[in-house]
This record gives sequence, structure tokens and C-alpha cells, in this order.
Amino acid sequence: METTLNMPGTVALPDVHHGEEHEHHHHHESFISKYIFSQDHKTISKQFLITGIIWAIIGGLFSVLFRLQLGYPDSTFPWLEDILGRWAPGGKLSAEFYYALVTMHGTVLVFFVLTAGLSGTFSNLLIPLQIGARDMASPLLNMLSYWFFFAAGVVMLSSLFIQTGPFSGGWTAYPPLSALHDASPGSKLGVDLWITSMALFVVSSLLGGLNYIVTVLNMRTKGMTMTRLPLTIWAFFFTAVLGVLSFPVLFSGFILLLFDRNLGTSFYLSDIFIQSTERALPNEGGSAILYQHLFWFLGHPEVYIILLPAMGMASEILSTNSRKPIFGYMAMIGSLFAITILAFLVWAHHMFVTGLNPFLGAVFVLLTLLIAVPSAIKVFNWLTTLWRGNIRFTPAMLFAIGFVSLFISGGLTGIFLGNSALDIHLHDTYFVIAHFHIVMGVASFFGMYAGVYHWFPKMFGRQLNNTLGYVHFWGTIVCAYCIFWPMHYEGLSGMPRRYYDFSQWKTFNQFGELNKFITIVSILSFALQILFVFNFFYSIFKGRKLQTKNPWNSNTLEWTTPINAGHGNWPGEIPEVHRWAYDYGKDGVDHIPQTVPVGAHESKDH
Amino acid sequence: MNIWMLLGIIAMIFLVIFQIAKASEYVGVLKGEKKSREQSNKINAFLMIVFLVLGLAGAWWCNEVLAPETLFAQGSASKEGEQIDFMFMLTLLATGIIFLATQICLFVFSYMYQEKEGRKAFYLPHNNKLEIIWTIVPAIVLSVLVVIGLRHWFKITGDPPENAMVVEITGQQFGWTYRYPGPDGELGKKSYKLINIQNNGLGQDWKDKANADDVSPSKMYLIKDKPVKLVIGSKDVIHDVGLPHFRLKMDAVPGIPTTLWFTPKWTTKEMQIKLNKPDFEYEIVCDQLCGASHYAMRGIIEVVTQQEYDVAMAKLKPNYYAAFPDKDPAASQPAAKADTTAPKTVAMVTKR
Repeated sequence: METTLNMPGTVALPDVHHGEEHEHHHHHESFISKYIFSQDHKTISKQFLITGIIWAIIGGLFSVLFRLQLGYPDSTFPWLEDILGRWAPGGKLSAEFYYALVTMHGTVLVFFVLTAGLSGTFSNLLIPLQIGARDMASPLLNMLSYWFFFAAGVVMLSSLFIQTGPFSGGWTAYPPLSALHDASPGSKLGVDLWITSMALFVVSSLLGGLNYIVTVLNMRTKGMTMTRLPLTIWAFFFTAVLGVLSFPVLFSGFILLLFDRNLGTSFYLSDIFIQSTERALPNEGGSAILYQHLFWFLGHPEVYIILLPAMGMASEILSTNSRKPIFGYMAMIGSLFAITILAFLVWAHHMFVTGLNPFLGAVFVLLTLLIAVPSAIKVFNWLTTLWRGNIRFTPAMLFAIGFVSLFISGGLTGIFLGNSALDIHLHDTYFVIAHFHIVMGVASFFGMYAGVYHWFPKMFGRQLNNTLGYVHFWGTIVCAYCIFWPMHYEGLSGMPRRYYDFSQWKTFNQFGELNKFITIVSILSFALQILFVFNFFYSIFKGRKLQTKNPWNSNTLEWTTPINAGHGNWPGEIPEVHRWAYDYGKDGVDHIPQTVPVGAHESKDH
Repeated sequence: MNIWMLLGIIAMIFLVIFQIAKASEYVGVLKGEKKSREQSNKINAFLMIVFLVLGLAGAWWCNEVLAPETLFAQGSASKEGEQIDFMFMLTLLATGIIFLATQICLFVFSYMYQEKEGRKAFYLPHNNKLEIIWTIVPAIVLSVLVVIGLRHWFKITGDPPENAMVVEITGQQFGWTYRYPGPDGELGKKSYKLINIQNNGLGQDWKDKANADDVSPSKMYLIKDKPVKLVIGSKDVIHDVGLPHFRLKMDAVPGIPTTLWFTPKWTTKEMQIKLNKPDFEYEIVCDQLCGASHYAMRGIIEVVTQQEYDVAMAKLKPNYYAAFPDKDPAASQPAAKADTTAPKTVAMVTKR
């Protein structure tokens, strides 16, 4: 083993210790065991990230295609027929394929990108590195978690190429539409593949989630008490708890749906007469609403599964780059905890207009609006973290600030929708689209980008190009607001979501020009994301090499590992932790890493 | 323009941006890490303020242009919807204040506290008093919104007034069928097993006498100032009766009837004059994805006066006679056919 040990106390200046020349744990690895079936959490996190990026491009492209239809309902694009064939006869998307695109866009972005790509990437990368562990509790399950995700992706992708087309009943897959083969072409084989893919995805999430929980609880290094954990870890921990408790419920919902589809059961079906076949179905006694309960019991926590990691990373990045401790660390944990609990108690706010008992609806209104309190606490704490700081605008910091801005904008519209008396007008309109795209879509994307820019040096030992990062940030935030802000107004006109064409509607056809504008901006926005992807892949190979181990002068443990650390992370012993992660600017010292023992004359605060 | 040309242009722009970005990286290295960071920090801090000002101005402008286009500008067409509009304005006020305060703080702080030579960050890990204040204040504001919201909610979802008329609306792929109880004031029994798309689209049970006078017009007639209770159902998948002008909506679920009531305020004609749109119609919007022609599932409500309503209803032939044409008294007198709307045409199946 190595000569220099990271003994506690000797690591006061982590930058002194350059670990690059040391080769540790060198069990000769083949290409396959190193890059493909790797059990190193760092490699697995890169696999999640790159797979997530590929899915984000696919899912984003879907949205560009259906935005073309919405912006230019009367135009034809011959090249569409070239690439899509019979799904775009004459260069115009067919209604069926439009709905398939909408469905796939939602599924891919929510699950493959913002769940696997976000929490899969950063939980894997940061949990062992920031708590001071050599790897996950079970590296094998961790590897399987990625490969189940990969398999889910393959199945989902295959559904795009079948005769009857991919599933087209919306990412929520409400039965009876999703349960009846004859209800729509997209409800044939497409749904079975969709359910199979989702089932594989649930397995992947559970394997990952259990691993994250066990690792955080059991494998913290000496001195790393729970209240010394960086907020990123707290966020990943609660995210994993949410996933482990709610994904199985979704799974059961999907299994019952599969039974109803193929085995003739009636869990969700009753009193149905299919117009296209002129047939009354034998199913009786089921409830279509039951599925919605099962779905949203995951579906709502899922929103926080997407959002919490972004919150955690934004907290860490805001604090580091303000050179100030995160304000109200305990309140931040408390609010994460409150959000986690409440996330399980608000699901029926998606169902106010299903004929839900009004009293039950009222309970869910109360619980839903309650969740605004911990959210407000977090926002105020972030703002106070910036106040009187000494802010460095790295691209990561810009995205973290953008995250806060979007979280405020999108979060506040949640107060409209969570109130059933308003939801009864706004439900399933563009107001909802604007709300959740801003608060959970774009905001979480910003959290993810912040994370990528911040930890890219840790992942690849190189820097992303900053200028491209600035262009990416400013362009994206302007585009995001230009796309989604005006949609609120469409929603206030009751303009429904998931419509292929509005031109025959007298109530909604005044927005034709606006829809065109939104389409143009979304294409521009997509192009900007491609710019980022280019920067990402280019910089992996050609980016500026990292000169120091700790480029952001950060306190957390991951920056004490060598640049390009091997499997096992630390060459010598795992460092011991003596303080919380946020001693920035304490007693006039710029930053005091967690590995530095508390000095005799240090002030007591925290 | 050709798509390939467009892609080519985009690629060129990318290349230019990339070259500039690459060059600026080299310049940065030459100038020194610190210097270039200071420079980009200043630019980004300045852009924070620019973004805030332009963003707020843009939001203002967006409101000027789009607010008159929304239905809020027209006012609610139902009495119950007025409460919803009030709720909306109240929530907008509360969230608007928080929005402005927090966004301004965010971007102004970012600008004010940009990194400067010699500035030391203020070590402030927590402050219990502040934290308690901003836990309690939002809690109070939200409680107020919840209380007012729930008062409206219970009113809207509560029992309709005694004098409410009843209309049944049934969704199917892809259209709506309406049914009125007729003179006996009672909707007859029905079962999906009795559905016959030729002459009994709703599956009415003809053994039930109450069905004998039930009628199905091709649009939904409602009476001004008279409360109406909708009994909502679906034959196949979940649909949703969306009534944007009246500010209400309710799902149509197969096997589980739902209800909704409201009181129309203005007749269709009054709206046409008020908005100066001679072709104005109240539209029923399907708000729940129901298949490929979901977007075309359009229904019409015509709000009329009591007299007009009576006239329209008198013209309608009960669905019963569509199923049993031989019992139709009008059938023996070929002269009196004219403008009846047979229920069969109501069950419009949009061709895919």
C-alpha cells in the first residue's frame, strides 16, 4: 500500500497532498470490468449520467416534434415524413403519434432523465465520496441498478418501433384507456412494453435506493455524524426513502393494469361499451379511480424524488460559492424531512375533479398547502445564504441561483393548483403544464446542471469550458421563462393540455401566434442544450486539466481524494471528520475543510 | 427554408460560439486564473440585474398583451365561478407579493454581494428568530387561503339548490350525448349492456316508464339564472366535462357517475353582444386524455331564456321513438317531421 497516509490532523491543507502519482488498489481491470460492468460507484454514476443525457436528448427531441405541431398546426414538414414515415403522412404528425410523443416525452423525462439521470448520477457519485466511504454498501446491487435501468431503456426504445406504435395514453397511463386494447392503437402492444419497461425501472430504483439508504446510515467515516453530513447527502437520503416506500405501490398498480389488460380481471374496469367494436365488455365492479390512487401514491412523491436532489445540490453549491455557511442547516434538514413526510400525504390533489369525496378533497387541500411552508423555509434560507456573501459566479453557481428563481416561480403557482376551488378551473390546462415544468422540470434540470458543472472536475479530472457554461445558463433561463411564463395565460383561458390542434376551438384559437412563439423558443432552447452536451463530451477528452484537487475551495470530503481517484477513493486511510461541511468564512478563514480538527481558539458557533 | 440548410446554419453558429469559448479559455489562462475570474464575475453579476429588470418588464408586457385574451377578462359565466375568480385574485395578490420580494432579493443579493477584493463573507449559520418568523408568516397566509378556498369548495361541491334542473351528459370516444328527463322530470334507468349504437346509444331501459319521454338534443340547452345539475358519466374511457367559461370541470368515469352544478349568468346571445363576437359559443372541452381524437371532443352549451328553452324542448322527439319508430305518433303523419334531432345523430363518432 501507499506511504502517505491521510492521518487525521495531517490533512489540514488538503491541497498539499497530490494523489495522482499513486496507483492504488490496482487489481488489473479489463476494459469490460472497468467501464462496462464496473462496480465502482464513480463509474456507475458516469454511466447513469451519460445514459441520462442520451435519454434527455431523445425526450427533448420528442417535445420539439410535438411543439412543431402545436406551433404550426396548418403546415407540413416533408422531412418529418422522411424520418417518421407513416407516423407523419405528408409531413404532418398524425394525432396518434402526437400522443405517443407526448406520452414518451413525459415518461422519459420524469423517470429516465430526472430520476435515474439525476438521483442515479449524483447519489452514486456523492454518497460514498461525501460521507467518506470506499464504495456503496453493495457495489454489485449498485451495478445491477444501472443495468436494470439500461434494460428498461432498451424495452422503452423498442416500443417506438412496433407496428401499432408506442403507448399513447399519457405518462400517467390512466385506465380504461391504457387497459383496453381496442380503445386506441397505442393501447395495444405499446402499453405492455411500457409497463415492462417501467417494472424494470422500479427494480432499478429500489436496488439503488436501498443501497443509498444503507450506505448513508452505516458507512459514514469516523466523526461524520448525521448532523455533519452535507445537505446533498440528506437530500439523497430522503429521496431514496421516498422511492423505496412509494415505487412498490406504483409497481402493484402496474401489475393490476397488466392483469386487466391480458388476463381478463376487472380491477379498474366496469360498465364499458367500446364504440369502435360495438361491444359491451363483461368487466364489472372495478374502479378506474383506484388506479389513480395507486399511481399518484408514487406520482406525487416522484415529484420530490426529482426535486430533492436538486435542492440538496443547490444548497451545497450556493453555500460554497457564496463563501458562507448554508443558512439554517438544521431547518434545511427539518424542511427536507417535512417535505418527505408530506409528500406521502398529498397525492389526491391530482384527483380533485375525479368525483373524489369533497371532504377528502378538503383534507388534501390542507396537507397540500402545508407543504408550501417547508418550501418557503428553504427559499428564505437560500436567499439568506446569498446575503452578505462573497459570491463567485461559476456556471454551477449560476444554475443554482437559476434553480432558486425557478423554484419560486413554479412553487408559487402550486398554491393556486393545490387549492381545490381553483383547481376545478385550472386542472389539466396549460397552467398545470407551466407549473410543473417550471418547478419540477426546468428547476430540477437546473439543479442537475449545477451538479454537473460543479462536480465535473471530480468526475473526469478536467474542467468544462466556462464561457460555454455562461452561454448555456443565460440562454436556457431566458428560454425557460419565455416558454412557460405565457402558458399560464393559456391555462387561465382553460386551454386544455394534451390537445393535438386548437384551431377548431373558438375558446382557444386566439393563441395561435403565441404557440408559434413558444415553439420557436423551445427549438432554440433545445439547441442550447445540445451546446451543453457538446461541451460535456468535448471536455471529457479535451477539457482543461484540473490543477488542484479542490478547485472550488470546498469543505466536503470528495475534494480530499486524488484527482482521478481509483476504486476505493482514498489512497490511504479514509479521512476523519471533525466538523460540519459549512465552515466558510468562520473567524475570517475562507474555508475550513471537514477534515480539520477544531482549533483551540475557534469560536463555538455550530 | 430547407431543413438541412437550417441545420447547417445552426452548426455554423455553434462552431463560432465554440471557437469564441475556446479562445476565451486560452485568454483566461494567459491573463491568469484570478484576473479572468474577476472579469467574468463582474459580467455575470451585472447580467443578474439585467435579467431581473428585463424579466419583470417582460412579465408586465406579457400581462398587458395576454391578460385581455384570457377568460378572466370576460368574467365568470356562472354565479359559482365568481367565487373562483375572487379566489384567484386573492391568491394572485398573496403569491405576487412573495414572488416580487423573493425574486428581487435573489437577483439583487447576487449582484450586491458579488466577489470583491477585500470583502469578507459574513459568517451567519442560523438565526432562530428569523427562521421562526418565516415559518409562521407563510403558515398564516396559507391558512387564510385554505379557509377561504375550502368555504368555496364546499359550496361548489355541495348539494344543488332545490329548483335545479337536471341534465345528464355522457362521454364516449369522441363526443358527448345529453339527456333531459322530459316532462316527468325523471331520467329513466339505463345500462351499458343495453347499448345499441343504431337506436339506443345510451342503453336506456325501455321497461322503465320514466324513459318514455327522455330526450337527447344535439347541444346542451341551459336556462339563464336557473341552477343546473349535471349528472356525468362515460361509456368507455375517462373523459372530463370541462366548462372553462363557467370555471368548472368534472371527470366522466365509466361505472362511477359524478355530478356538478352551477348557475349560468348570461345567455349565449348576451355573450355574443357583450364580447362583440357573433359566433361565440360556450364550448364543452374534454379535459382528460381519451384517445387520438381527444382534441376534437367538442360539445356546445347554449344558454337561453326560459321561453326559448321551452320552445326548443317542445321540438324534440323522445329517444323512445328512435328505438320504436312504429309507436311514434308523428310517423303516421308524414307532414310533421322537419327539425327534430334524432338522438342517433348525437352519438357522433369521429372517424379516425
